[in-house]
Order: sequence, then structure tokens, then C-alpha cells
Amino acid sequence: MSKAHTLALYSDFEEAGRAIQELKSANLQGFKMDDVILKSPIEHPELSEMLGSRPVYVQFFTLAGAVLGSSIGFTLIASAQANFLVQIRGGRPIVPLPPDLVITYELFILIGVFMTVLGCFIGWKLPGNRSPIYNTSISEDKVGILVKAEAQTIPQINEIFNRHQPLEIIGEQGR
Amino acid sequence: MIHTTDERDIEVERRFVPKAKDINDEIAWAQINKDVLRSMERPRMMYWVIFLASLALFSFGVYCEVRQYQSGLGMADLENPQVWGLYIATFIFWIGMSHSGTLLSAILHIMHADWRKPIYRFAEAMTTFSLMTAGLFVLVHLGRVWQFYYVVAYPNERWTWPNFNSPLVWDATAIGTYLTSSIVFLYFGMIPDLAICRDNAKGFRRKFYWLLSLGWQGTDRQWANFRVTYLTVACFLIPLAVSVHSIVATDFAVSQQPGWHITSFPPYFVAGALYSGCAAIITLFIILRYVFRFEEYMTMPILDKTCRLTFAIAMVWTYLNLIEYASVWYGSDPYAKETLIFRATGTYAPYWWAMNFLGSVVPFALAFKSLRNHIPTMMVVSLLLNLGMWLERFMIVTPTFAHGYYPWTWTGNWWPSWIQWGIVAGSFGWFTMLFMLFCKIFPAVSMYEVKEMVYHRFMARKARAS
Repeated sequence: MSKAHTLALYSDFEEAGRAIQELKSANLQGFKMDDVILKSPIEHPELSEMLGSRPVYVQFFTLAGAVLGSSIGFTLIASAQANFLVQIRGGRPIVPLPPDLVITYELFILIGVFMTVLGCFIGWKLPGNRSPIYNTSISEDKVGILVKAEAQTIPQINEIFNRHQPLEIIGEQGR
Repeated sequence: MIHTTDERDIEVERRFVPKAKDINDEIAWAQINKDVLRSMERPRMMYWVIFLASLALFSFGVYCEVRQYQSGLGMADLENPQVWGLYIATFIFWIGMSHSGTLLSAILHIMHADWRKPIYRFAEAMTTFSLMTAGLFVLVHLGRVWQFYYVVAYPNERWTWPNFNSPLVWDATAIGTYLTSSIVFLYFGMIPDLAICRDNAKGFRRKFYWLLSLGWQGTDRQWANFRVTYLTVACFLIPLAVSVHSIVATDFAVSQQPGWHITSFPPYFVAGALYSGCAAIITLFIILRYVFRFEEYMTMPILDKTCRLTFAIAMVWTYLNLIEYASVWYGSDPYAKETLIFRATGTYAPYWWAMNFLGSVVPFALAFKSLRNHIPTMMVVSLLLNLGMWLERFMIVTPTFAHGYYPWTWTGNWWPSWIQWGIVAGSFGWFTMLFMLFCKIFPAVSMYEVKEMVYHRFMARKARAS
């Protein structure tokens, strides 16, 4: 069965919310809520909640970055010091902990930040996988609901959209 | 006040009723886009005046640096014991300036202070460009610029012997981390706005913003990941900012020089950093508000809040300053006490008293609402505060070198050469030039966050009506 997309544009979050509620309760064949994407100029957590659980995994990348950063930081410095025994230490430790902790701390933050942002990019599924229909008015003041469903279900979905006074419905076939 | 018994309404009130009217809550979202995008295309003529003046200043700084590079540090009158001069004083000044971006953006973001939204973007840009300017002084003060790699922490297989126990190496690492993280934070927070630019641009600019916006379409998944990431990076940046200026303070505090070997130096430096940064935010706020016609977004209530925040930080700085004097005065180190007396009564006394007056007395102007709401007064006050903070850094570096342990090294009448002044002036030109370019190419006001502000106020109005 071929899949198709349809995007409905609304002027406010409330109408979009009602449309999502109706989509959810309609139990249409060839359509599931996981395939609904909300597009909006600002974040709207309440409306996103209606779409169901969509976990974010960024914090795991942060944790990995923090652990990796501090390990790399300390290992780099300690190995450089331990590798250079020609330096006369005068009885002081070859790998002194307090001063090494400063650079360890900085790398903990640096790699933590990098990994966090990397986690976000992976969450966005970069570099590919753009969602297929977009309208520039979404970045201005409109709210869009993008649905992917079986081609024969699209008219029913559009009917639901139409019941909530959309500004426009944009379709795209064949995906 | 809303008097409802319905739980949902109470929840709405808790979440959406703002404390004060910071911006016009009836402004349309499309209008926000239009105003900010217009600012990038058609600023007032004053923009070009400032840009060209800063370009001229920067060019003069480059000329001075070239002369110093060709003839050596002697051109700048840098010799023992005055080996740092204005360069390191100005380096600390610029590092300090960078802290307010983190304060306004990260700390106030975590505290859900809505009023930061129209002004945090330029404060973040200020952070980035201040750090870039500060980095230049590390190069400039070396004289032998090509030997910069000695201060960077890297494995020493080449036997160049980087001293990992030196605060100067920590400094380079901390500043490098802060600059990188600040750029990431600034860019990442701008992605939704870059998508707005992409959707409204044509030709080459459209391609440029398309590339930078990373395919942003405002989907629920993008927003969810974006929010978590932005908050997490903000949480990383706060301890990082504190660590950076603490480490700069240890450059001084771990030395044996009288007047520097003081335990309270790190918090004193951090407070001074936030102070000078906040004063600079007031200056840039007033300039941007006029140049880019941002009267609707950079409003008087927001200026009022920024001024109050600056006043609070000024008082913290004043307290730490007094603590420093008291601990030296009542301590058992006669050399440190002698240096303090030299600062207050010696050759540099006028600058010491000016620093104390500008840093601790002038900020009381911020305590009066009538003055806080008078833009020309605030412009002058913010410039004076920054002059005071620059003098603070000058007073940390110069009198200490001029009056060390050995009387035969005393250089009580040392004064920087015009080359040093030229390079310092050039750094202000460099910073202003980069900052103005940024505001022309990228949105200086965060459009999506201002929309959120307006939306929350709309919800509050609705809650009141119901």
C-alpha cells in the first residue's frame, strides 16, 4: 500500500488541538498517531503530549559526554606527564592530582556540551530525513499538522481537518 | 488578580500570568518576524557611523600591533618589571565582559526569567566576541606571537615542556572551552530563528540561512530535543563561566606578588566580571534599541530590570572589594599592606580613587527609578561603570608590578606608550565591528522566544477573561 502525506494549517493551537483529539479518537484504518507531526513556531508541550509519548534521549548523550570528557581529559594530561620522565620533579608527584583536575574539569564540560548537541542532532535525525511537506507560514504564526497515512485514508483525515476550520490543506502523494 | 476555584484555571494562572508587562502583549507574531528581519536589512544611519568608526579604530589597532611586531615589545614600553602593561589588564576586562552573556542567557533561562528573552541573544553574542577579543591580547602581550603554543595544554612528546601545573595553561584551556561552548550555545539557540530567516530570504542569503538552519521545521520532535539540549548546555555553561574567571584570578592569586596573593580573588574576579558585563549590556541595549528600532522589544521595563540586576551585582563587587582591602589591612603581610597604601597614595592614586568612585558610588544612580528610566543618563552611567571596571583591572596589574618586593625594581612613574593605548583602542573597535556585523547578519532579538512571551501573556489574558 502506498503512503501519502497531508498537512493542515491552523491559525491557533486550540483548533489544532481539537483536530488532533478527533484524529486520535477516530480510529481510522491505515493511520497511527506515531505518524502525526506537529509543526509550530513555538514549542507547545500540551499539544505535543496529545500526540503520545515521544521520548528524548539527549540526556544519555550528555552523560556519555561527561564521563568521556573527564576520562579523556585526565588521561591526556596524566599520560603526557608520565611520558616525560626527563622532567626533574624534585620529589613531587609525576602526576599531580589537584592541578590536573582543572583541565579534566574543562574537558568534562567541553565534551559534555559537544555530545549533548550531537545527541540533539541524532534526535533530529540529521543530516537526512526531512519531513516532506513544509509551509513557510509555520515559522511565522501558523500551526501545522502533518499526517502520513495510507493513500485511501487521506480523504477521511482531510475531512476531520476540515471540520476544524483549517486555513489550508496541502497534500503530497506517493510517499 | 484571578479568583477561580477551578483547578485548571489556577494551573493556567500559575504558568501564564507574568509578573510585569515587559513587552506589548498584543503584538502579532508575524509583526515580530517583520520587525526583526527589517532590522537586519534597514538599520538607521547611525549603524554605519558606528560600524565605520569601529573599523577605523580597529585599523589603528592593527597598525600599532604591526609596529610592535616589527620592532619588539620595547615599542610598547614593556620591560621588567612592567611586563604586562595594559594588555593583560584589558585581557581580564574582556574576559569579564563575556560573563554577562552567560548570566543573562543561561542563569536567567534556568530561573525562567521571561524578561531576558528579547535581550539574551545580543548578550550571548557579546560573550563570544568579548572572548575572541580577550584571546587576541594573549597573543599581543607575548610579543613573539608564534610561540603561542607554549600556553596550550597538549601532549609533550616534542619536549616543549608545557607546564600543566601552571594557571596560564589552565587559562588557555578554560578560555578555549568557554569560547567553543559559547559559540555552540549562541548558534544552537539561534537555529529556529535562522529557519525564519531562511523562509524569508532570497538568493544567496537564503542558501546561507538554509545551511545554518539544519533543516529546522519546528516539529514537535525538534522542539522537544531542542529544549532539553538548550537547557543542558545552559547548565554546563554556568559552572564553566565561573571556572574561567576563577582560573584567570588564579593567574594572580597563586603568585607571590604582594597585592595578588589573596584568597578572595576568584569570587572578586567573578563578581567584577558579571558587573562589567551587565554594564556593557546596558550600553549595547541602548545602542541597539535606537539603531535597529527595537523600541517594541527592548522596552523600558526590561532596561529597568537590567539596571536593578547591575546594581545588585555592583553591591556584591563593592563588598568583595572592601573585603579584599580589609583582609590585606588586617593581615600579617607588610608587603601587601605597603602595596595597598601605594595604590591609595602613590602615583596611581587618582586612578585607584576613580575606580572606587566609579565602581562603588556611581552605581547608586541605578537605585533611582527616575534615573533608570532616563536613557541618556543610563548610557553615561553604564559607560562610567565600565570605565571603573577597566580601571580596576589596570589597578590590579600595574601598581603591583610598579611596587614589588625589591625597591630597586620600583617604577612608580611608569606609563604605557601610545602603542599600547592604540592596541587597546583597536580592541574596542574590533569588538564593536564584529558585534555590529553580527547584528546585521543574524537576528539580534530572539523571535521565537518573544513569540513565546506574547503567547503566555495571551493565555494569561484569556485566563483572566474566563
